[in-house]
Amino acid sequence: MGLGFLLQQPFAQHALLAAALVAVSCGLIGPFVVTRGMAFAVHGTAELAFTGAAAGLLVANNPVVGALIGSVVVAGLIALFGSRQRERDSAIGVILAFGMGIGVLLLGFYQGFATAATNILFGNIFGVSGSQLIVLLVIGLIVVAVMGIWYRPLLFASVDPEAAEARGVPVRGLGLLFLVVLALTVTGAAQVVGTLLVLSLAITPAAAAQRLSASPLVVAGLSIVFAVVAADGGLLASFQSNVKASVFITSVSFAIYVVARLTGPLLRDRRRRQRHRDRPARQEATQTHPAPGYARQDG
Amino acid sequence: MNGSGGSAIALRGATVRFGDHVIWEKLDLDVAPGRCLAILGPNGAGKSTLLKVLLGLLPLSAGTITIDGRPPGHGSAEAGYVAQQRVFDPDLPIRGRDLVQFGVDGQRLGLPRTRARQVDPVIEAVGAQSYADVPIGLLSGGQQQRLRIAQALAGGPRLLLCDEPLLSLDPAAQEEIVAVIDRHRREHGTTVVHVTHEITPIADVVDQVLYVAAGRWAAGSPDTVLTTQNLSALYGTHIDVIRVHDHIVIVGGDSTGGCTHPDNNGSAGQVRDRHDGHAGHLAEGHQH
Repeated sequence: MGLGFLLQQPFAQHALLAAALVAVSCGLIGPFVVTRGMAFAVHGTAELAFTGAAAGLLVANNPVVGALIGSVVVAGLIALFGSRQRERDSAIGVILAFGMGIGVLLLGFYQGFATAATNILFGNIFGVSGSQLIVLLVIGLIVVAVMGIWYRPLLFASVDPEAAEARGVPVRGLGLLFLVVLALTVTGAAQVVGTLLVLSLAITPAAAAQRLSASPLVVAGLSIVFAVVAADGGLLASFQSNVKASVFITSVSFAIYVVARLTGPLLRDRRRRQRHRDRPARQEATQTHPAPGYARQDG
Repeated sequence: MNGSGGSAIALRGATVRFGDHVIWEKLDLDVAPGRCLAILGPNGAGKSTLLKVLLGLLPLSAGTITIDGRPPGHGSAEAGYVAQQRVFDPDLPIRGRDLVQFGVDGQRLGLPRTRARQVDPVIEAVGAQSYADVPIGLLSGGQQQRLRIAQALAGGPRLLLCDEPLLSLDPAAQEEIVAVIDRHRREHGTTVVHVTHEITPIADVVDQVLYVAAGRWAAGSPDTVLTTQNLSALYGTHIDVIRVHDHIVIVGGDSTGGCTHPDNNGSAGQVRDRHDGHAGHLAEGHQH
């Protein structure tokens, strides 16, 4: 079976599109997850999407809606229980353990196929239906819109919360908004790579991007590109074999991270040498005229 | 406004209490434009609370406050804020210039962008142009603090509020930061407020002192406020204020050691001691 033939099949097209949609959202929120130290929150909401999905399966035979509702509830609980990072992490631990217990209980009541459960945990990219694709598209649009509108104040609040608050940025409100966006993204991603492997799209690409640049927009761009390459690249690779797509997606993602870690220091050294070449002239100017441009502005 | 005309900061009978707990009360204060005020006192005396009031983030329980004759706005453009030095993570995907840009438009919606035209003048004013493009987490504490000041100045504020801007900096860096802020004050007529544990590093530039301790306060010029008699009355225990050359040494009246205010020319080892601050010890002595 050739790749060309496969790519004409609806299930393969759905899979590629779903992976790309999920990857864009994940790549977009990734830098904030890393900056705000929320890797554990991603893991927590992803695993609790499993509980929500199990509840959805049981009540309405619809895991996606259950997972969506569950993850938003969890985001609210996390925000309620913990505002500082350390407090938040223990709150997530507490909610996560209890929530998973309930998930196992709910699954025990479910009379359907056991594969529905493993699909939630490890993803089932080739089973994406047309309606699921629409759900993913809506989630992606919401995430992109929210991030597009609040990107700058959210970045300010993530990097320098005290100064942001003094400037009138609603730091706490943005924290809650981000948690909801994160929960939606993670739930969407869980359909593709599974709840256990969400971190490979929501953290790894952003962590790799941060190794290569310190410009916020460049990091965001690289993070999205890396996530899409990992998701669709891993998917294309899996078309050629019997191994689950998640395996390739996490592998490609990890490979990108390793390459970024190795090349990051080299890039940094090169930039430092460039600055050293520029520096002498600039420093002389500083010493003789402390603030030439600035003094002129007022004088 | 009656009695506060022309003041950059005017407080009348200002009181903050949380429930029954009075932080400070009936505070009267006038700071003329372009002057430098130091707010001194032990930990927990309400220095940061006052700063929040000045920023418009916290309402008074009683009394009035005006900044340039107007009530302080929530994150109002006329107040620049230099937060306490907090070490940035080395991996943080942000450069000095991005941090400064937040001072111009950080609260606005949309995608971040850096406009050299808007931030280069302030970056030059604090002497940070040679490292403005380096990831902020890789800079020294003093360099990071200069960029925080540039951020606070970027909005062209008429009032600059500095919350312990010298904390955890070595003496040379402290001196530089004080000079950067004071030069801006003289050139632009900006009113400056320093919240600090210790007055020695800023003693040369301070016009006015507000000392808060144990719910009480004293205000005036450094020489009139920082006296044995005044501080003893504030703390309710005997406090010695000794002047040695340019340095003001405040010594607690109880027998606990470490209450002295180490000399400003101290070694790095002594600098570490100074973080605890003399005043914190004094307050503890008072409570026991």
